[in-house]
Amino acid sequence: MDTRLMKRRGFLKAGALAAGGALLNTRLCFAGSGADARLVVIIMRGAVDGLAAVPPYGDPDYARLRGSLAIAAPGTADGALRLDNLFGLHPQFAFLMESFNAGELAVFQAMATPYRERSHFDGQDVLESGVLVPHASQTGWLNRALASAPAAHTGERGVALGSNVPLMMRGPAAVASWAPTKLAELDEDTLQRIADLYSHDPLLGQRLSAAQSADAMAADQSPGMAGGGVNRYGEVIRATAGFLANDAGPRVAVFDTTGWDTHANEGGARGQLGNRFGALDSALRTLKTQLGPTWRHTAVLAVTEFGRTAAVNGTGGSDHGTATAAFLLGGAVRGGRVICDWPGLASARLYQQRDLAPTLDIRAVLKGVLIEHLSIAPAATALVFPDSSTVRPLRDLIRA
Amino acid sequence: MRDATAAIAANRFGLGARPGELEACAADPRAWLGAQLKGPPPLIQDPDLQSSAAMIRALDKVRAQNRLLKAGNADNQAAGPEAKQAVLNAVFKLGAIYRPAYVHEVTARLRLAAVTERPFLERITQFWSNHFAVSVDKAIVLGVAGSYEREAIRPNVLGSFAQLLLAVESHPAMLLYLDNFRSVGPDSLVAGRTQERAGRALGINENLAREIMELHTLGVNGGYTQADVTAFAKVITGWSIGAMGQGITEGGTPGEFMFRTNIHEPGAQSILGKRYTQEGEAQGRSVLLDLARNPATAQHIATQLARHFIADEPPPQAVARLARVFSASDGDLPSVYRALIAEEAAWMQPLAKFKTPNDYLVSAYRALELPIDKPYQVAPLFANLGQRVWSPNSPAGWPDRSADWDGASALMQRLRWADEIGQRVGASVNAAQLAPRLLGSTLGNETRAALARAASAAQAVTLLLAAPEFMRR
Repeated sequence: MDTRLMKRRGFLKAGALAAGGALLNTRLCFAGSGADARLVVIIMRGAVDGLAAVPPYGDPDYARLRGSLAIAAPGTADGALRLDNLFGLHPQFAFLMESFNAGELAVFQAMATPYRERSHFDGQDVLESGVLVPHASQTGWLNRALASAPAAHTGERGVALGSNVPLMMRGPAAVASWAPTKLAELDEDTLQRIADLYSHDPLLGQRLSAAQSADAMAADQSPGMAGGGVNRYGEVIRATAGFLANDAGPRVAVFDTTGWDTHANEGGARGQLGNRFGALDSALRTLKTQLGPTWRHTAVLAVTEFGRTAAVNGTGGSDHGTATAAFLLGGAVRGGRVICDWPGLASARLYQQRDLAPTLDIRAVLKGVLIEHLSIAPAATALVFPDSSTVRPLRDLIRA
Repeated sequence: MRDATAAIAANRFGLGARPGELEACAADPRAWLGAQLKGPPPLIQDPDLQSSAAMIRALDKVRAQNRLLKAGNADNQAAGPEAKQAVLNAVFKLGAIYRPAYVHEVTARLRLAAVTERPFLERITQFWSNHFAVSVDKAIVLGVAGSYEREAIRPNVLGSFAQLLLAVESHPAMLLYLDNFRSVGPDSLVAGRTQERAGRALGINENLAREIMELHTLGVNGGYTQADVTAFAKVITGWSIGAMGQGITEGGTPGEFMFRTNIHEPGAQSILGKRYTQEGEAQGRSVLLDLARNPATAQHIATQLARHFIADEPPPQAVARLARVFSASDGDLPSVYRALIAEEAAWMQPLAKFKTPNDYLVSAYRALELPIDKPYQVAPLFANLGQRVWSPNSPAGWPDRSADWDGASALMQRLRWADEIGQRVGASVNAAQLAPRLLGSTLGNETRAALARAASAAQAVTLLLAAPEFMRR
């Protein structure tokens, strides 16, 4: 057992109790599935190539347009993993395929946010804020949803895994943040004096007390949770599981993944993007293992700001596009389905003759998840997503 | 004394006061800043540092070895573990060259920032380096991020914006980072030949063209369209690097900028309503010069500068004034910096900006005159506090608002480091006496009292570095 962790855990428990009892050791009981529900949102920054993640191998224009990026049909060497007659999964998504077959993965294709330009930064802003115009909101849709959700307990409702809190999680609801550390912990006296110093500074005071309770929870895992695949997401996954498996902890976790902006040398079944898919796939498998029985109540949503060009570009990659794919995964998900109104890849059907055209608004998915999984009142989703009255929530995404 | 002018000059415009700096600038803080703009910009002289061209040559050499090994493998099916190991060794070899180079560059940069007597100019340099960001998240950039800053940014921070822009967009690091070095015009000589011989279509990569318009010049709402991006990408096909491996990028001086006529898209292009009929490299230069002069660029740069030097949400009038000076002076950067010094809004509200981890560390090194004697501890330090040097996770560079940096966990990391520094140097520092010399009139009574009451000299140093006044600038 890591003694440094032990020391930190012992100290921080004391600190958190002093800070308002957010970390009661008793296991609390909740009625109804809404209170048990856990949601993980993975923001895939950089515009994931949805035509690589969920290749429409059955579309007559697919192989021609994609060239060296095309994934072969199921059953051939390095071929796609078959979802149905039209779609497959990228061959690196072994765990996702198992989950699909187990009815725990819903796949979305030709989906987009309401944003129709091609800037990563504006696109991510719209994805995270949930409003139509980039940089028009200082708060994120997920935080606003949390603020309107029935409270499971008095502690923080959400946690951002990473040094800072992404826009999606900023807003009125108190959220924790957590990042791996290698520096030693402060002693209690120094920390207390800093806390006194920050009592005159609302921002720093709030951040300090949030950090203290977050650190305690990340370290607080039952012994059975160790192990699982180790890759670039290992530590973040371990902490996510630590937070979510704790009944007194946050219900919603968000973390970032990067490296999806594949302008050059993207690769097909193997290569740069395939490796990243593989790492994500094994991280998700680890998350399931580490969540243990909590997986049953969990939905994981993996989303990106927009897709990439339908055709391969001049450097074996793809440029910024429009519609893309997304995944909803977990024990709570009514999966085994591809949810898509396929627009086709014929050049007349492409958006601006270059991108996969959007036929599904991501807000329909998000509203559905919020209503069915987090028990957000349907009326409240209008505040969570302003100017979305024409976007009806997608239903039956979550098991009753 | 409630006049915060000296503290603002040293801590917001500068990189954080060194002991004695407030006294030196107190008589006329604005003049102290203005004087830093005189004379050629300081370059980093360090025999350990290599040029971008040298780093790219090293890459080329390793790749050539790799090719030989692979060819050897193909010839001999039985080529067993030794051959595979040799390929792996070559990959490690590159890391073995690039990683120490990166560490030396980070250390050299911190050494300059920690002691410079022109800290305003150094902050400006780092601002531009971040505005025109490259990121070591892309493995190949690891070896050239530091030399890029030294070669493309530093010498040009006191010239015109156009001169800076041209230097940046033609630098191999940028051409590598945003993929332009092998972007091929679809009607170029090479594309035609490849189509004919191999039946393979080569084409453009619009990454650099888009980010130049969106991030470097016009700004995302700068009035350009997808068609402008595509046309601009065609214009800068051929902006490449010498001797980058085999095929379309072979030949030329290894590692240097090279205009490759044979992959350049021939013919005129229309961008933002103007036709560019020049041939070759001149076409791209002409577009860049027009972009530098575009009013949207003035507005975009003025906004970024005002956000960095005034407040997260700077007053629009201040932005407008800076944009006017930018345009009226044809992008003369010293004129813009002087307008920034003259901008009243920059002096109104002390401590309006939350320090980035980089700001925080540099200001602590300056404040405590910490030695920089262990390069291999310096680079990880920035990563540990959440801002690995030259590694923003996108070409937009690091963000510049409090909410991007003031996360709970990020704060905790600063405090842990502050504690370590307290224990390391506490015995030789009197933090209670030092604090007013660093923070001037921005030092609050609560912090003053906490420092006076500290349990130990070490704890006092930790509290000084933890103080709300030291977290901001």
